[in-house]
Order: sequence, then C-alpha cells, then structure tokens
Amino acid sequence: MSDLRELYQDVILEHSKTPRNFRQLQSANHKAEGYNPLCGDHFTVYLDLEGDSIRDISFEGSGCAISKASASMMTQTLKGKSKEEAAKLFEQFHKLVTGQPNGDREDLGKLAVFAGVSEFPVRVKCATLAWHTLQAALEGKQEKVSTE
Amino acid sequence: MSTATNSMPKEFHPSMAGAAETAYNVEEIRRDFPILHQQVHGHPLVYLDNAATSQKPRAVIDAISRYYESGNANIHRGVHFLSEHATEEHEAARRTVQSFLNAADKREIIFVRSATEGVNLVAQTYGRAHVGPGDELLISAMEHHSNIVPWQLLCEEKGARLRVIPINDRGELHMEELPKLLTPQTKLLAITHVSNALGTINPLRKIVEIAHKHKVPVIVDGAQAAPHIKIDVQALDADFYVFSGHKVYGPTGIGVLYGKLALLDAMPPYQGGGDMIRSVTFEKTLYNDLPYKFEAGTPNIGGAIGLGAALDYVTRLGIDNIAAHEHDLLTYATGSLEAIPGVHIIGTAKEKAAVVSYVIDGIHPHDIGTILDREGIAVRTGHHCAQPVMQRFKIPATARASFGLYNTRAEVDALVQGIKKVKEVFA
Repeated sequence: MSDLRELYQDVILEHSKTPRNFRQLQSANHKAEGYNPLCGDHFTVYLDLEGDSIRDISFEGSGCAISKASASMMTQTLKGKSKEEAAKLFEQFHKLVTGQPNGDREDLGKLAVFAGVSEFPVRVKCATLAWHTLQAALEGKQEKVSTE
Repeated sequence: MSTATNSMPKEFHPSMAGAAETAYNVEEIRRDFPILHQQVHGHPLVYLDNAATSQKPRAVIDAISRYYESGNANIHRGVHFLSEHATEEHEAARRTVQSFLNAADKREIIFVRSATEGVNLVAQTYGRAHVGPGDELLISAMEHHSNIVPWQLLCEEKGARLRVIPINDRGELHMEELPKLLTPQTKLLAITHVSNALGTINPLRKIVEIAHKHKVPVIVDGAQAAPHIKIDVQALDADFYVFSGHKVYGPTGIGVLYGKLALLDAMPPYQGGGDMIRSVTFEKTLYNDLPYKFEAGTPNIGGAIGLGAALDYVTRLGIDNIAAHEHDLLTYATGSLEAIPGVHIIGTAKEKAAVVSYVIDGIHPHDIGTILDREGIAVRTGHHCAQPVMQRFKIPATARASFGLYNTRAEVDALVQGIKKVKEVFA
C-alpha cells in the first residue's frame, strides 16, 4: 500500500477530483490535443501566449487521476512563466517521473508530488501527457485557434 | 456448482468429460497451470485477463518443449525420419482443430498467425475478388478493431462502404435491423461470436440464416468464443470462422481460419512462397491444394502442435463443463460487483460469456487497474481494442475482469476486496 500512497498522494487525488483551470480558454491563441491511444486519455491544452510569456493556460478532456492531476498542476505552475521556463520544467518533471537523477528538483515546487510515478513505469505516459500536449501547443507557433 | 469435490481422478478420459458437473475440480485443474502459483507484489496472483490471453497448461508447455527437444524438423518435403514425424504431428494438430470446430474436411482448416491474420486473409483474397465500387460490407457495433480495420482497408481500396449493425444498452445486437442492412450491395457480413469488451454471445445461427437468405456469406470472429463455448461450424453454417490459439490455452503466434471448401478453393492465394505451390517456372506457377495453398513458407509447426495439445486439454475437461463453471463465476461476479455502491457493469446481455466490464463512479479504469495490480490482481483496463463500443456507451474505458477455466469464486472475492481498496484510496 505504501507505494500506492506515494502515487496517489492527497494533493494528486484532490486535483484529479477538482482540477484547476479545467475549461476552454476564450483568449487562447494556441492549442493542441493530446491523446494516449493506448488508454484513451484525451486532453486539449489551451494557451494564451503574449510573446514568450504564458499569460493564461487551461485544459479540457478526460483521463485517469494521474493524467488529470498532472494537467491541473501543470497549468497552475506555468501561468506567468516563459516558454523557456516551461521547457525546462518539463525536462525536470520528466526526469522526476522516470526516476532519473535531477539536481534542480526544488524548481518543480509542488510538482514534486509526482515522484511516486517512477515506481509505476506504465503510468509515466499518464503523468506526462499534458506536458507533451503543452509542448505541441507551444510548437504550434502562429497557428490560431479556430473559434467555432 | 461445487468446486470442492475430490472425486475426480487425476487423469480422466474423454468419455468422462461432460459427465457429472461435480467432476469439475477447479483446484485440481489449477495444478495443471504452473504460472498461476506465484506471488505478485506480495499477493497470490489472481489472473483475470483471460480475454486478452489465457495461461498455458503443463500439457501445452510440454508438447512444445517435446517438439523442440526431440521432434524439430521442417515439414512436407523431407524424406528423413524427423521431417516425416514433424509433418505427422503438424497434420495431427490440423485434425484436432477440425474436430474441435466440427469441420467437414481437414482441408478447410488453414493455420494462420492469429484470428487477426485470418480476417485479413479473407479480406485480401475473398474480399478483393468479390467486393467492388458501391458494394457494402456489414459488421456490428461490438467488433474488435481486428474485425473493423481489415474491412475499412478493403473499402478504401475498392470504393466500398462499411455498414454497422447497432447494439442496444445491454450490449446486444439490434437483430431487427439486420435484414434492413442486408442489401443487394452487401457482399459479406463480418461478425463476432462473443464480444471481447462486453461478453455478449451473439445469436450466430440465426444471424447466419438471415444473411444466407440474402445470399450474403458470413465470416465469424471466434477469438473470444473458442475458449468458452462449443463451436460447430457446420451447425452454424458459417462460411468462414477464425480464432487464435493463445486465447484457448495454446501458444501465441498460431491461429486458425476455417473456410468452406468450395469458397477456399475458388479464392486466390494470400501470400506467395514455398509450400503453397505445386510447381514454379518463371512463366507460370501452379498453386498447391488446400489447405497448403494458404500456408506459404515454413509454418509455425511448434505453435500448431501446442495448439493441438491445448484443444485436447480443453476437450478432455469438456467445453460444456468449462462453460458451466465459467457461467457460475459470471453469475457470482456479476452479483458481487453490482452489490458494491458506485460500480456499474457495462454489457448486460442475456447471453453472456464470463467477461465483466465495469466502471466505478469518479474513478478512472487506469487507476483501478494500477491499484488492483498491487493486490496481485490482473485485469485489463482501457478500450479493449473496441473503441466504437466505448463510444457507444459514452465512456473512455472500462476495467475488465475476464474469467477462464481455472478461476475460482475465491478469486472473485479477491477482486471484490481489491475494488473496495480502490474505493478506499479514492475516498
């Protein structure tokens, strides 16, 4: 049970039940869909970018507790960050959930609760789905979100 | 049904199969499966993922080992002792399959890699020869991707259209829609015998009868049926029937395509190569007789022998006894799971195999799967390669417990305790 508690920490369960920034973003100028065909998890990440800065960020979709909590806490963490900071955090987060040594763990702040994922290799994709989707949205560059 | 009786002798004979139900001693049977006796995350393994693949009895493992230890040779062409012996064993396995399906002729039994390959073979040979622009292929809303995608590929190539028999909220076919969907353009009906995601057993005999009235041949995906119910291709009057070895306690990499002799005979070959030819010149190649015309290259000889041993094993236990035992587990599991608040079973057909797909309010199936795994319980979570079924029920995924001939009521109890643990974690 102890590694399960490591995985399903209270903060994670709380975010999965009441995800933050869980909505479509009217002001979004970037978005991307992330899909894990293996398990059916499906999220859309919306970004309001002003230059290199993430002015606002939100997400929508469905997935397991880990993927949803990860998406929720990612949006909380990234609001106001630069693209470069976001990329760096993703790198650190990825190291964290795959159990790789990481010197800058303290930068992750609250995201460190996902350390337990490294004991569950099949769940790494769940924890990183929103981040991969974010990356796609950032790389979508000038593509405007359609308004239909 | 009692599972505690000790009356069954260790080796019992086919004549005894189908005898008293009490002869089914599940504890005795479990000893035939070495893999079951292990701990997973500190708990005894509870293997409830039989619809994905089944575990193998000692008889199958031994048959495969014996073949590689003392019988391995290439078949059909050798004049030496081992080659003759391997050929004999391979063909004996074909006769075992023939008898398992009650096929009229052993030439109707084609060894393939899997049920999936069997469907693709029919799509690429019979399908390409008979389907043209504007034609229709009919499938059902409960098909596994392996009985959807090969037909979509064919439709794309030929400019044909895929049509779908809908299902109701219990996961049963809307049978009244079937005659309406069989049009003069319908060239083939591809339907599953038993749904992998819902457990529904389709009224196949009736379906084939209706299709044949409209002069539409039927290919049946029997991957989930073979381990659980008696199959009689002649009584069903199925034109094609496919199943996989690994789901019926045999090895992976071997499957069977049954086809009516006249249909197979008229079909062009699937793959070219050795074994499927009678003579080859650069001007003209003559194809071999059935079934070899469809078995290009050195086949999976060890796999066929292992499959033969698996079907012998199942027959020895008696498929009706297995079905009765599994039905008991299904009834027990359905009742036990329904009694847990927040648990909902997806797929509640009147005729069902021992598959229990379920969801829990507010908890995603993946989280269920991870927590059950830590209790040593193996279930499947996800869309079960049947995304249209998930879309039909407006759910992203389910957790699925699927039972086999060696599962017990105690394992159902373990599942129930596991689900309670899941709810505790998420409380």
